[in-house]
Amino acid sequence: MSQSDITVTETATPKRPVRWHIAVFLAPAFVVYTAVMILPLIETLRLSLFNVVGGELAFVGLANFAQLFGDPRLAADFWNAFSNNTIFFLIHMAVQNPIGIALAAMLSLPGLRFAAFYRSAIFVPTLLSFVIVGFIWKLILSPIWGIAPNLMDLVGLKSFFGPWLGKPESALITVSLISVWQYVGIPMMLIYAALLNIPDEVLEAAEIDGITGWSQFWKIKLPLILPSIGIISVLTFVGNFNAFDLIYTVQGALAGPDGSTDILGTLLYRTFFGFQNQMGNPPMGATIATVMFLIILAGVSLYLFVIQRRIRRYQF
Amino acid sequence: MTRILKGMLFATTVLAPAGMAMAQETQLTIESWRNDDLPIWQEKIIPAFEAKHPDIKVTFAPMAPTEYNSAVNAKLEAGTAGDLITCRPFDLSLAMFEKGQLAPLNDLEGMENFSDVAKSAWTTDDGQTTFCVPMASVIHGFIYNKAAFEEVGVEVPKTEEEFFAVLEKIKEDGNYIPMAMGTKDQWEAATMGYYNIGPNYWKGEEGRKALIAGTQKLTDPQWVEPYATLAKWKDYLGDGFEAQTYPDSQNLFTLGRAAIYPAGSWEIAPFKSQADFEMGAFPPPVKAEGDKCYISDHNDIGIGLNADSDNKEAAKTFLSWVASPEFAELYANSAPGFFSLNSTPVKMEDELAQEFVSWRENCETTIRPSAAIVGRGDPNLDLEMWRTSANVINGTMTPEQAGEETQKGLDSWYKPKQ
Repeated sequence: MSQSDITVTETATPKRPVRWHIAVFLAPAFVVYTAVMILPLIETLRLSLFNVVGGELAFVGLANFAQLFGDPRLAADFWNAFSNNTIFFLIHMAVQNPIGIALAAMLSLPGLRFAAFYRSAIFVPTLLSFVIVGFIWKLILSPIWGIAPNLMDLVGLKSFFGPWLGKPESALITVSLISVWQYVGIPMMLIYAALLNIPDEVLEAAEIDGITGWSQFWKIKLPLILPSIGIISVLTFVGNFNAFDLIYTVQGALAGPDGSTDILGTLLYRTFFGFQNQMGNPPMGATIATVMFLIILAGVSLYLFVIQRRIRRYQF
Repeated sequence: MTRILKGMLFATTVLAPAGMAMAQETQLTIESWRNDDLPIWQEKIIPAFEAKHPDIKVTFAPMAPTEYNSAVNAKLEAGTAGDLITCRPFDLSLAMFEKGQLAPLNDLEGMENFSDVAKSAWTTDDGQTTFCVPMASVIHGFIYNKAAFEEVGVEVPKTEEEFFAVLEKIKEDGNYIPMAMGTKDQWEAATMGYYNIGPNYWKGEEGRKALIAGTQKLTDPQWVEPYATLAKWKDYLGDGFEAQTYPDSQNLFTLGRAAIYPAGSWEIAPFKSQADFEMGAFPPPVKAEGDKCYISDHNDIGIGLNADSDNKEAAKTFLSWVASPEFAELYANSAPGFFSLNSTPVKMEDELAQEFVSWRENCETTIRPSAAIVGRGDPNLDLEMWRTSANVINGTMTPEQAGEETQKGLDSWYKPKQ
C-alpha cells in the first residue's frame, strides 16, 4: 500500500552547539516509520519490476505494467476497479463533504442547544471499527433479518426497498453511502475547527455591514474555510483510492455482485494474495499497488502544486 | 536389599529427569479451513489421538474457508505455517507440493489403506507421488424439510419436471420459501447450484474428461443447459436473495422457514445440531424418468505434512493415525457428511449421511469439473463459474453468455493435450 507524505518545512537555524537531543527524540518515530512504511513501500515499488521467470524472481523492467494494461482480462479488471473507485470518490466528494460542511456550519451557530451531543454523536461512527460498521449495515440492510424493510414499511415505503447490496446497479452506491455515514465526522470536525478559528471581529464587522445569515456563510465564512476544504478533499482522495476494508467486510474479497463494487484495494488484495482457487501473484499485485501509488501521488501533487497555490489565504 | 534400594534411588533421582525429558511433549499444529468442525476436533478427534500418543500435543487451528488458501500460502512462504496442512483437492495442493512446501508421503505407514481413486486428488499428474493423506469426500444433493413436504403435500421429486412442480406447489402454499439459497457470496450459486445439478447434463466423468481433452466446450448444450435450469430457480428463492449470504441461507433453512436447501453433505452435522425438524435428502433430479443419475462426489479434504516442519516424526505418527481405519470411523461419525475415503468400509450411524452415501449405489459419481487440470490457470475456472452462476440466477447474464465467458477465459490459457 502507498501513502502520502506531508512535507515539513524547517527554518534555517543560526549556528549553535549540535543539538543531539533532536536526533534522539526523532529517532524512534523515524526508525519505526522507516521500518513499517518506507521500506515496504520501496520494496513494493521494486517488486513491481520483477516477476517469476522459470521459478526464479528476475528483473523484467516494465513488463508487468505492459501486461496489466495490455492483457485484455487484467486491463478490464483494472479499469473496472478504477472507474468504480472514481465513482466511490465522487460520491464522497458530492455527499460526504457538503454534508460535513453543512453540519459544521450548523454546529457553529451560537445558541444551538445540545451542540456537544450532536458533535459527539456524529463523530462516533468514525471511531468504530470498519468491521463493526460493515456488519451493522449488512444486518440493517439484510432483506431477511434487517430492520430496514420494517422501518420503511412503517412509513409506507416498503415497495422502494430492495436487496441493494446484492444488485449490481445499486451495490456501489450503497457501500459508498455506508462509508460516507462512517466518515462524515471527519470533514465536520475539521471544518468546525476552521469555523471556530474565524475571529469574531470579522463576523461582527460583516454584521455591521449588513451581511448576516446565509450570505454571511457564503461571503465570509466559506472563503475563510476554503483551505480546510482543500485539505479535506485531498484526505478523501487518498482515503478513497486506498480504501479496501469496508468493501471487504460488506461485500467480501470478490467485491460482488459481478465485480460491481470492486475497487483498486480489493483488486490488489485478490491479485496479491489470491482468492479461493485463484493463486496469488505478488509481482502483479505489487504492480497494481504501484499504479495506485502513482494515482494518489498524481492527485496529491495536483493539489499541492496547482490548487493550493491558488487558494487565497487570509492572515488575521 | 540395599542394592535394590540404591537402584531405586538412582532410578528416581538420576533417571527420572531423563525419562521426563523423553516424555516431553511435541507440539503439532493443524492448519485447516473447517472452522465449523473446531468442536469435533477438540472434543473427539484430538483426545482420541492423544490418548494413544500422550507425548504429542495437537492443536487444531482453523480459519475462514474463503481466506484459507491465500493465508496458508502466505504462511508457507513465510515459514510460519503449522506442521500439518489440510489439503484442498487437486491443483491447489499440487502447486504447494511442486513448490516443495508439502512433503511426499508415498512411504507413509497407512497409505496402503487408500485406493488410487481416493488418492487421485493429491497425487502428481504422473501418478507417482502422493503428498496428502485423503480424509473425506463430500456429496452434493438437496436437503429438505420433511414436515414442510408433508404440510404442503408433496413427494420427493425424481425428475426435473417434478422438482419444479414441487417448488411451484410450495410457493403457492406460501408458508415456506421454496428454496434457501442466495447469490451474494457467489460460491453457493456454483457449488450448490451448477456443480450440484450439472453432472446429470454433462454425464459426470464423461463430460469432465471431455472438457479436459478439449473435445467438449463449455458452450456445448450439456454445459449451458444447467445454467438455464439455474435461471429458473430465481422465482423460487426468497425475497432479496441477491443480498442473501451463505449463513443467511443456512439459518433460513434450519429455522424452518425454507423447504428445500441445495446442499453439500458437509451441512449435515451443523444442520442436525440446529434444526428441530426431520430432514431428508434427495439427489439432483434427472431430466427424464429412468435416466441414469450422476452425482458430484468430490474428494474434498486431505491432510499433508509441511516440508519445513521441525516435528516431522511426530507429524508422521499423526498422519499414519489419520490413515488408519480407526480415524476413518471416528471422523465419519463425528463429522457426518464427510465420507471416508478409506478402503475399509465405515459404519455410519447418521441416517441423513447414510441417505447421501446410498446414492453411490445407483448413480455414477464425478468430481467438480473445475477442480482438476482445467482449474489451475488464470482466470481461475472455479471463480469464473461462481461469478457466471450467480449472474445467471440474478438474471444479469444469459446461460449462453455464461458458457461463452467461461470458455473464453479457459481458452485464454488452456490448450488441451492432443
